[in-house]
Amino acid sequence: MSMLHLTYQVPGDDFTRAGEASGDVKHKLKKLGYEPDAVRRVAIAMYEGEINMVIHAGGGEAVVDIDPDRVDILLQDHGPGIADVDQAMQAGWSTAPDNVRALGFGAGMGLPNMKKYTDEMTIDSVVGEGTAVRMTVFPGRKEEGR
Amino acid sequence: MKVKEIVDILKCQVLNEGNMEEEVKTACGSDMMSDVLAFVKDQSVLLTGLMNPQVVRTAEMMDMHCIVFVRGKNIDPTVVALARQKEITVLASPYRMFTACGLLYSNGLRGGCEIK
Repeated sequence: MSMLHLTYQVPGDDFTRAGEASGDVKHKLKKLGYEPDAVRRVAIAMYEGEINMVIHAGGGEAVVDIDPDRVDILLQDHGPGIADVDQAMQAGWSTAPDNVRALGFGAGMGLPNMKKYTDEMTIDSVVGEGTAVRMTVFPGRKEEGR
Repeated sequence: MKVKEIVDILKCQVLNEGNMEEEVKTACGSDMMSDVLAFVKDQSVLLTGLMNPQVVRTAEMMDMHCIVFVRGKNIDPTVVALARQKEITVLASPYRMFTACGLLYSNGLRGGCEIK
């Protein structure tokens, strides 16, 4: 069991609420005294993931496990899945529609950015079933060189 | 530069007053929040023409303390309310993006991403 286990439903029909879960995790990590660099890395990666779930998958679930030496984030959705994960990881590659770009997202930077800010990331996706993104941040590993 | 100086330089209306004495050194200007999340590092001011709650969320995740909405956009009260909750200063400037960035730069604010 982790020190703190958090579960959030990310609503798929309300773009304005995307980021609520990440904001809450950020607030909790800050309060627990995690170093600012780690707090920021978790917040950005999870926020990008939340936005992705809202844009592409009709929402989903975020599960966060907080321990002194690691923060694990699982983002699980039942959306269309990612046909080619390697392609989706390329900076600038996006399937987001124009209306999403008008909202300031969909530049194809989400997944690469999540990888950049976390220490570990894996994507399990099945077309037609959904996607699970697992990310881990180890506080203390500096953002240096990212 | 202090946040209150930005108010004067950009002829801003203050929509949410945070710490106006705060010293800021770098800023970024973008309507693409994706790019802000990908490229911004330690900038503390965000200039944007985009008006939705995700601008505030983005600033929150990036530890930015001041948002400047450029070109006198119609302000969405829900955006200001969220910023108030997150203790982020919100300013509205009548200048357009290029001029707003140029005025701040010429007054000493930098981008924080100088090319070597």
